[in-house]
Formats: sequence, C-alpha cells, structure tokens
Amino acid sequence: MPRKIVKTKYFFEEDYRETIAEVSTDKYEDWKNNDTLKVVGKPVSRIDGYDKVSGTAKYTFDVDLPGMVHARILGSAYPNAIIKKINIKKAKQLEGVLEILTFENTPKIPWYNNSTFLFDSHVRCEGDEVAAVVAESECIAEEALKLIEVEYEQLPFVTSSNGAMKTDAVKIHDNGNIVGGRPAEYSRGNVDEGFKEADIVFEDTFDTQVAVHNPTEVHCSAANWDGNKLTVWDSTQGVFAVRNVVSASLGLPESDVTVITKYMGGGFGGKLETGKYTIIAALLARDLGKPVKITVNRKQMNLITGNRPDSTQSLKAGIKKDGTLTAMTLTSYSAVGAYPSWGGCSGPFRSIYKCGNMKTTEYSLMINAGRARAFRAPGHVQGTFALESFIDELAEKAGIDPLEFRLKNYSETDPNSGNPYTTKLLREAYKKGSEAIGWHQKRKATGSDTGYLKRGIGMATQIWGGSGGPPAYVTLKLNSDGSAIILGGSQDIGTGTYTFLAQVVSEVLEIPMNKMQVILGNTSSIPFGPESGGSTTAPSLSPAARDAAEQMKNKIMSGASAVLGLPENELIYKEAAVYAINDKSKSITIPDLMHRMHEQMFITNGARSVNPEHYAINSFGAHFAEVEVNTETGKIKILKIVAAHDIGRVLNKKTVENQFHGGIIQGIGFALMEERILDANTGKVLNTDFHTYKIPTIQDVPEIEIHVVSTGDNLLSNTGVKGMGEPAIIPTAGAIANAVYNAIGKRIKSLPMTPDKVLNALYS
Amino acid sequence: MKDKSKSRVFSRRNFVKGIGTSVIGTYAAAPVLSKFSMKIFEEAETESKTKESLSLHVNGKKVSVLIEPETTLAELLRNKLKLTGTKIICNQGECGGCTVLMNGKAVSSCHLLAIDAAGSEIITIEGLMSGEKLHPIQEAFIEHDGLQCGFCTPGQVMAAQAILIKNPKPSKDEILQGMSGNLCRCAAYPNIMKSVIAAADKNK
Ligand code: FES
Ligand code: FES
Repeated sequence: MPRKIVKTKYFFEEDYRETIAEVSTDKYEDWKNNDTLKVVGKPVSRIDGYDKVSGTAKYTFDVDLPGMVHARILGSAYPNAIIKKINIKKAKQLEGVLEILTFENTPKIPWYNNSTFLFDSHVRCEGDEVAAVVAESECIAEEALKLIEVEYEQLPFVTSSNGAMKTDAVKIHDNGNIVGGRPAEYSRGNVDEGFKEADIVFEDTFDTQVAVHNPTEVHCSAANWDGNKLTVWDSTQGVFAVRNVVSASLGLPESDVTVITKYMGGGFGGKLETGKYTIIAALLARDLGKPVKITVNRKQMNLITGNRPDSTQSLKAGIKKDGTLTAMTLTSYSAVGAYPSWGGCSGPFRSIYKCGNMKTTEYSLMINAGRARAFRAPGHVQGTFALESFIDELAEKAGIDPLEFRLKNYSETDPNSGNPYTTKLLREAYKKGSEAIGWHQKRKATGSDTGYLKRGIGMATQIWGGSGGPPAYVTLKLNSDGSAIILGGSQDIGTGTYTFLAQVVSEVLEIPMNKMQVILGNTSSIPFGPESGGSTTAPSLSPAARDAAEQMKNKIMSGASAVLGLPENELIYKEAAVYAINDKSKSITIPDLMHRMHEQMFITNGARSVNPEHYAINSFGAHFAEVEVNTETGKIKILKIVAAHDIGRVLNKKTVENQFHGGIIQGIGFALMEERILDANTGKVLNTDFHTYKIPTIQDVPEIEIHVVSTGDNLLSNTGVKGMGEPAIIPTAGAIANAVYNAIGKRIKSLPMTPDKVLNALYS
Repeated sequence: MKDKSKSRVFSRRNFVKGIGTSVIGTYAAAPVLSKFSMKIFEEAETESKTKESLSLHVNGKKVSVLIEPETTLAELLRNKLKLTGTKIICNQGECGGCTVLMNGKAVSSCHLLAIDAAGSEIITIEGLMSGEKLHPIQEAFIEHDGLQCGFCTPGQVMAAQAILIKNPKPSKDEILQGMSGNLCRCAAYPNIMKSVIAAADKNK
C-alpha cells in the first residue's frame, strides 16, 4: 500500500481547507461507465433501511441509559443584556432538580472563536445560554427553568445589517460589528477598464431572507463518564470534530473521549459544529456521576442552533452589444448573528462566467440574533438566486435568449485560477435540461399569457466545489467465512453513506452486500474522516473504500499464489475466489484460503488519494422550472423542475435521486415560503415552530425530473465521484424566480416570493 | 415550589382534554391555543400530584401502568414502554412525527394525553412488524427509498397505514391528503409518495 504525506487543499462549505495528509498513491484501473459495473451506480436499497423503517434505528434522541437524568437550557429573554443577578435557589429547591449551571459556577470555556464563553454574563441574542438545569425528568428540568430568577440589564440592540453598519450602531463586541473588522474583498483584472469597454452597464439589488435548518431530530447529546473516560452520543454531522472540541474544552486526551452517532435525524449544516449543550451535558454528567441527556427544544433550535444568514446583494455588470461580459462587481451585506460567522455569497458570482474584470466586496455583520452556520451550500444558494436573476436581466438588456447568453459567457477554465477543470459538462446539462423542459418549444415571450393564470419557464446555473479530499480512511476487515466489515471514517446523516461504502467494496471483491456490515460514527473504532459537509463525503470516502478493497484483493491473490503454487499472473479473481487461468481444477475460495493460511481475519486500510494538481474541480448543473402564477392571489405554483447535473459518477441511483429531490424541495421552500422573522422592536424571533415557520409538505412537491449528464471523473479519483448534496439545492430559487418573471413580466427581487410580493410587483 | 410544577402539569392535561384534539387534521389550530390555555390554567390549579392508573392495548398487548396524569401518549410509549420507534419532532401537534394508530386512526401521540387513550388499541411502528419481519408498507418504504435520515419515517409509515386501513385502494389525492400532516425536512416526499402508492398497489 504505497502512501505518501502531502499538502492538500480542497473546498469545504464556504472555504478552502488546507492540511497535510497521508494519501494513497496506488493507481487502479479506471472504472468505465456505470453500465459496465455490477453494483456501483445501480439503484440499490439502503442497507440501513431496515433499521429506519422498523423503528429500531437508535438516534441520539432515543438514547436511554440506566440512571440517566435530563438537562434543559434556559435561554436569554432579551436580545442584548448583561446578567446582573441570577438566583437559582428556588429552582434548586424543586424536588428532582439535581444541579444548575450558570456563568457564576461554570469554568470559562471559550466559545465561538473566543468571542464569548460557554456561559457568559453578557447575552447577545434571544435564546443565548443563561443556565442549564439537570433533573430527574425532562418535565422537572423544564419546570425548574421557570424558577430561575434572572435580573437583566437590557441594552440597546441591532436587528439588521443596515443597523449594524451605522457609525453610531450598538457594538455587539468590542471590536465592532463587521466580522474580521473589514469586508472580504476579491478582485481580478481591472473593473474600471472593463466598464469602459461595455456598451451597456446595468445594476440591480436583490435580497434574501434568514432560513433555519430545522432538521427533524432536535439537537441533542447524551454524556456518560466511566472514571476519566467520557462517551458522548451526539446528533452531529462530525463525530471527530465533536470529539476534538470536547477533549479540548475539558482538557482530556482524545483517547479518553468517544463520540457516537449511529443515526442522526438530519443536519443540513446546522450540526457541523459542536453545540454548547454537548459540553454542558458532559460537565453535568461528571459532577453527578450519572449519564445526562440534554435536548434543545424546537423553539431554541429556531433561535440559536444556526441559520442561513440573510443577504442584500448589489450587482453591477458591463456587457457588449453581443452580450459578452466585460466587468462585474458585487457588494453584499449579510447579518450573521451575534457571534462571528460568515455570510459571503460571491462564490457563484466569481466562478460561473467568463469575465476578466471582477471585484467583490462582502460584509458579514453581527447583529443581536442567533448566529449563522453553514446551511446546505452556504452562500451559493443566496448568491445564485441573485446572480442568475441578474444574468436574465442582462440577457434581456442585450436582447438575447437567457440560455444563449449563458453559453456566450461560458468559461472553459476556472475564472479564479485559470486552471482547466477535471470535467465540466455544464453545456451538456444545459442541453439535457432545456430539452426536458421544452425551452425552445414551450417558452413564450415574457408576460405574454393572457388570462389570470400565467405560465412561465426559467432556468439557473449551479457551481459548487465538492471534490472531497484527504485525509479520509476506510478500514476493511475480511472474516474467515468471506463476509466483510467496513469501518468508514464518517457518519451517516441520511445521505446513504452506509450503503455506498458497501457497494464500492462489493464492486471490487464481488462479495454480496448482504454479507457486509458497515460501521460509522464511533470515534474510537473508525478511522479518521471528515465531517459530513461540503458535499465531500462520497468523493472523499468512496476512493478510500476502493483502495481498501483493491488492497484486499491483492492480498487474496498473493495468498492464493502461495497456496496454489502458481504465479499471480496465472491466476484470476472472480466472485470471492481465485482460479488458475489455465487449469480449471485449481482454485481456492476466501474461506479455504484463510483456513490454509491459519488466518482468522484479513485487514486492510484504504486511504483517499490526493486531488490532481493544477486542476479546478467543480460540480455543475442547471435547474429549469415551469411555474404558474395566479395574478389574482399572487400565489406561485410550481409545475415542474428539471435538474441536470455534472456530478461525476453516481454511486447509487436510488439515493442520489432521493437527495436531488430533497435539495430541490428545500430550494422551493427557500424560494417561496421559508423565512425567520425577527421583530425589530423587540429583537425577538416571531416564528419558532413549524406552525409559523413554514417548510414544504408533500402537497408542495411538483413534478421533478433528474438527469445526470456525467460518468466518472477519472482525473479526480479512483471512483470519479463529485459531491451532489449541495448542488441539488443551489439553482432552484433562481430558476423559479426567472420562471416567474417569464410568466408575469415583473421581477421579484426578494426571497421568499410570497403572494404579497407578487401582487405588489404586479399592481404597484 | 412543588405546587408550581403540578399546576402546569394539570393545566396541560385539562386543556388537551378540553379541546379533544387527537386526530390528524386538527394540527393547525391546536398548538397555538394550547400555549394560551396553559397560562390560563396555571393560576387556577392547585390539585396535588397523584399518579393515575391506566390500561390500554399497545401493539396487541394489554398494558396497565401508573402514570403522572400529564404524560402524553408519546411519552408513555417512548419513556415508559421504551417503544422509541415513535419519534417526537415538534412536540405540539404540527409535524406528524409521533403518529401512531389509535383504534385504527392516525393520531399525534405528542398531542394526546396518555389517559385519554385509556381502553384504546394503540399500534406503533414496532407493532407493524411480525417478529423481525417487516410489514409490506415498511418493505415498500425500503424498496422505493421513501426516507433519508429516517427520523420522520416511523410517523410516515404509520400515516400511510392509517390511509390504507381507511381505504385499501386510495386515490393519489387521498394519499396526498393523508400524508400532508407528516413533515419530512429531508424532503424525501416523492419517494414517500411512491412507497405509499406501491403499498396500496399490493392491495389491488
Ligand atoms: S406532531 Fe407530534 S411530534 Fe410533531
Ligand atoms: S427522512 Fe429525514 S426528515 Fe424525513
């Protein structure tokens, strides 16, 4: 297993991740199209399906340990306040209450980039952690929260990025409200020159709302100590990330902390970070000598466990008469909540189109509200809505069909680095998608429908990183009966990780998947792997799984060669056995081989290879939407969405299509209904449950058609997989917005596109 | 101090009883009312805390328990009977995550007091199985991949079962109606639809 240590860099959520990693340098024969493969790419049923449909799947929410007690958190009632006094006496007297933590009796553990502590006397948003109660039952813990008397000194507060930018604005932290002290800036070429070259210069402004992840399983943890050893069950997208934060916060060696996530009920980015609640549970469990379970309730989740920050984006571009882009600028303002986070949305703006003169300026601003976190394609969802609406406007200015305009400004190389792409099949995606929606046949002149129901067709483009990269490992254990156990450096968040790892190993070793067990989400038994984010899991892990399986095959061949007394090149591996090519009587199965070798188990460790140098690695795609707008009610009905993407190889047709559906439907939620409403007068959130924060239901689902235009990206890795979880949501809102414009001839520049906005656009 | 905790406890029970919410379809209005109502009762109640005895059938077996009267059916199933297949997602009747069958009809078990289920037949996701063998609806959800993270799945499966009990050959509209109270944030909806249609087709 040739290995080397390399410096590596790949795109993860909103930024590049640089690290030194051990990588596999083994080269395997390229897999061809999925038609030539046996298991990979096929519509395979999830191997975790049984657990999930039978109710036996144990989520952190279901963890129940002997003697377990329950903790709840008291959140701040005000958006900005100093806790003057906190009286826990009455609460402590309530029968069944075991302990209460506040800033006064808890170690000062730094949090959110050293901008606050686990418990801070200064609370900066509604819901900010004030105290935690642990009691014999959940009911008692909740009751005790009401008995804690907190004396707040209320401070003035800020609820919008506009407000945060004002010179006399309340400072949320001593060093001001702009994250990092100044905007993030990027430029290439010379925009002034570019605008001079232009025949038409146009600008417009768009805004997007705050959206909340709201996974179905609430954020929760359970903690149990055994002397110095701590086990944490956590509903997380990153068991190793949690382990590292827990051990650093509590001063424990990483070997003493085990984090377990066998199943988790959705995250969408909200569970990429370690929660304060996890540390609180661990502290309480140590004090009490009892297992402690802590759950954050739905209301608190809507307040403090993350959101997609809002944005106001001003875009400006110069074009030649023929539609060629000559210059582009973007200035964006995003309110990221009370602690440093990132709200930039320039990724698509900088990267999709060919334009040599470019400048972006992005302000991430702190306000007195729950802090933003990565939310499925952070920045790209908001950014693509604005960019792709704007591109349609430019096309109209130039008098060119929107699809034609995009092809005109198609970039053959990465505009940021000038590097070629490993693959870019966006043109093919445009073609497939436009054919499927009937772009040329069905799409009418803008606003030309008569009658009160008006139909329109629109499209938008998607770009994302999602190459994955090292370090990521998979350990393969082959039992003496020829069955296998796969330990993957990951956790499954519902995307099908259990299943594709088994598929890849089954593809190579020709062992049926029902003779495999996959183990994920246990930091003490699995090898290392990244968080489930950035659409990096399948592209990072699947090549490591192939590496482990190919090494296993080599081991078996080498063993068979010794046992059969034939050179390896006279042997052939087939269906978990080795045969002599020229002598049919000579063969050996895996169990026989192990028996002859007096072995009980073969073990191999697979690693991810390094990403190819001097290439840009991106996924691409386009969504095409057909909508019907009721011009009397302002309601937008989505009739059909076609999604066409270049995502490298599909590992599992069933789970990939499912995840596309999910992304598109969440995109519809973002486009039409989801919005956290923060009251500027009180600094409180008005909608913190499913009754008032609307998410799509089964009735909101249109006809959806998925096309994958790519096969394996063999330059990228030995499986050629690019990530697709985030690409699925990125262009939906933009495609819908453009379809609405095509229907009614008025542009909705603000998300969500609720009926009031549609009616205002039509009649004011 | 003890009294205060009891008051909340009883108020919730009285309220939920009062409006008699239980069947899916009453999701929308109930949770908002319940918050107001809790406050109203908080002041008035002074009853002392006692356990109540309760008998009902769960998955075909008779269950007799002593419970605090404020216990919801979901809490009884999950905490007392350790049937954790039933999930709690919103805990206020808005999402269908806690759906179980009560006398053959889908109810939100988080929004129903256990004592209001006295004497009834409750079927949970665990009760659909025969030993380790899956029910055809459960099989359909695997076959058609009607799930992602799986957390909403028990509720979805039970809602589907309720539809099929009412009408073994439901129309597409009936399925959409019947499933629309069950939220899935992963939005596996198209495959959930396929799964239910496939399960219904087995009855044709
Ligand atoms: S309806 Fe009971 S958990 Fe949502
Ligand atoms: S499968 Fe995740 S919420 Fe439905």
